[in-house]
Amino acid sequence: MKRFAISSIGLAAVMAATMGTAYADNHTREQLRIVGSSTVFPFSSYVAEELGTTTEWPTPVVESTGSGGGMKLFCEGNGMDTPDITNASRRMKVSEFKRCQENGVTDITEAMVGYDGIAFAQSTTNDPIALTREQIAMALLEKVPQDGELVENPYTKWSEIDSSLPNREIRVYGPPTTSGTRDAFEELVLEAVTEDMDIYGGEGYTNIRKDGAYIDAGENDNLIVQKLENDTEAFGIFGYSFLEENADKISGASIDGVKPKPEAIGSGEYPVSRSLWFYIKNSHAEEVPAMADYVKLFMSDKMISDLGYLKGIGLIPMPEELLNEWQEKVADRVELKLSDLK
Amino acid sequence: MSQSLDDISRQLKKRHRKSARMKWLSFGALLLAGVFLVLFLADMLIKGLPAFQQAYIQVEVNYSERASELPLAAVEADVRELVSRGYLRLIPNRMEANPDLLGTQRMEWVLADDEVDQYLQGADSSLSAKHKAVVDRLTEAGRAELQFNTGFFTNGDSKLPEMAGLASAAVGSVMLLIVTLAFAFPVGVMTAVYLEEFAPDNRFTRFIDVNINNLAAIPSILFGLLGLAIFINFFGAPRSSALAGGLTLGLMTLPIIIITARAALSSVPDSIRHAAFGVGATRWQTVRDHVLPLSMPGILTGSIIGMAQALGETAPLIIIGMIAFIPDAPTSFTQAATVLPAQIYTWASMPESAYVERTAAGIIVLLSVLITLNATAVYLRKKFEHRW
Repeated sequence: MKRFAISSIGLAAVMAATMGTAYADNHTREQLRIVGSSTVFPFSSYVAEELGTTTEWPTPVVESTGSGGGMKLFCEGNGMDTPDITNASRRMKVSEFKRCQENGVTDITEAMVGYDGIAFAQSTTNDPIALTREQIAMALLEKVPQDGELVENPYTKWSEIDSSLPNREIRVYGPPTTSGTRDAFEELVLEAVTEDMDIYGGEGYTNIRKDGAYIDAGENDNLIVQKLENDTEAFGIFGYSFLEENADKISGASIDGVKPKPEAIGSGEYPVSRSLWFYIKNSHAEEVPAMADYVKLFMSDKMISDLGYLKGIGLIPMPEELLNEWQEKVADRVELKLSDLK
Repeated sequence: MSQSLDDISRQLKKRHRKSARMKWLSFGALLLAGVFLVLFLADMLIKGLPAFQQAYIQVEVNYSERASELPLAAVEADVRELVSRGYLRLIPNRMEANPDLLGTQRMEWVLADDEVDQYLQGADSSLSAKHKAVVDRLTEAGRAELQFNTGFFTNGDSKLPEMAGLASAAVGSVMLLIVTLAFAFPVGVMTAVYLEEFAPDNRFTRFIDVNINNLAAIPSILFGLLGLAIFINFFGAPRSSALAGGLTLGLMTLPIIIITARAALSSVPDSIRHAAFGVGATRWQTVRDHVLPLSMPGILTGSIIGMAQALGETAPLIIIGMIAFIPDAPTSFTQAATVLPAQIYTWASMPESAYVERTAAGIIVLLSVLITLNATAVYLRKKFEHRW
């Protein structure tokens, strides 16, 4: 039994030693730490892997925490235990910027990497369809205006919303509330439509109906594509890259007269598109030397230009001029100002 | 009111029928559980087995000056899309490490792209008709084939499905379990020894007793929140590290070890303690030399089962940042690490069909390890069990 006591003490000593090295590690760090949006996660980890295999640096750790969760961790302070970079599928909010400032994270550089479009799609067995954002909102909102009053959504068919639309039942498969795609869809379609309508009190109204017309299909976009193949009357909401991969089975509705095509998404003409970002904590530049190489690689033509690798896994690249502008801004580590975000 | 013989025999028949019915009903329940188990295993095997094979193609690699700048130039245009990018991107590094390669041309077996792999395995593949024809031609010439997928066991995670493997997650799991065991085993056993051998039986110890049993039943995600608050935010253990993860899972395993260790200690008959006291041994001597060694098989069994549970756990690890893209195997307890179930979880959300295979293959590996652990526990129990 003595051996048991000795080995316990030994193990305790080992643990104390590892705790000690943990403390020593706090000053410089080889490994880059990245958090943030799940939409940017595949692109970011692709770049991370490339950095890890082709350079001396260890592969950066990329955690998918969601845009908001990433900002929270990023803005916690300048300590070495906070992330160096956070990814976001939307721009930093003013409130987040202020939080960063309060915690001493003042030197931030903003980088835009490209776009992501959200498709409103159906099976290719249907005729192509053109919808407006207002029609989509009327089909999906929990309460809609009728005779000057807000009532429970009475529409069951598209033709009831507008007689020019087909006589098809309203049935839409879409992502759950935890998804960034859902957030963006709510903001770019539902909120955009309702905030201009006085009846909603001038504020965005994004409650989606719960009577079964909107079907929560889980986080897996592949599943929604499969559902649309079988249920040809329905529509689905998912990221553009899935539309592109399954172009033989599903087609995207044109929204406000614009078809979901890379150029239209890139130029912002297609209304349901968002830009993808990451934010760099410049105060870590010296302690985490891998950061400079990662940022350079991510912003390189090899990754995010029209001929870049990330296009192959679904990123929609920026037009060349804009890309050059961002590449320059990031290379110079232009400091993010509050006025940029307003 | 008296019962006739007829009444009694009717009742008897009814009771017997009911008994037979319940027997078949309970057998049906067993059958249902069995069918689910078989379906699950069959589904995993069918989906997962293709991942243990990987397509390789033989191509001519041209180590030219140009290839050191632009790796794509190293192979001919018609097979460029068929070779894994994971292989191509390393060409410049290899040329730098081995300058003799410059200017040479060699036929090499190289890792194929995941779509080639899917096509050769007979699954849906997004290869164009032109590329499929090239693969067919290569197969006929014996230059494309499926080989055992060693990369699955030697590589870490990757965004290229053909490169993705379990190795770094397996290393992470082992390191995590070492920390868990080092923390939970001594603390758990000593707690059990105190409660069982030294503590007086009063209201306070009974209160602790109830709480330990409750702890064993609380949802594991809460241990993640506790781990985040204590080990990461208070003690400053690095986020995502095996140290933070292992201690967190250690907290989770602690009640299991305490409960099983107490059961093992209390099954040692009092006559042994009395004999030790009789020759003048102190309580600690009694415990150290007699009770603990006799109860060790039971304690080990409980610990192994606790470890198996910790090995399969993901929920608390989400909170402390271990569900992330971490392709490098950790070399110290403070480095970022990921674990087997976390790796399975990450792959399950990827769109490429090659990841679906890998998810199932990962589950097969994890299940095999768990079965081995539990079988060891059963073996130890059978081998060292004492009957008093």
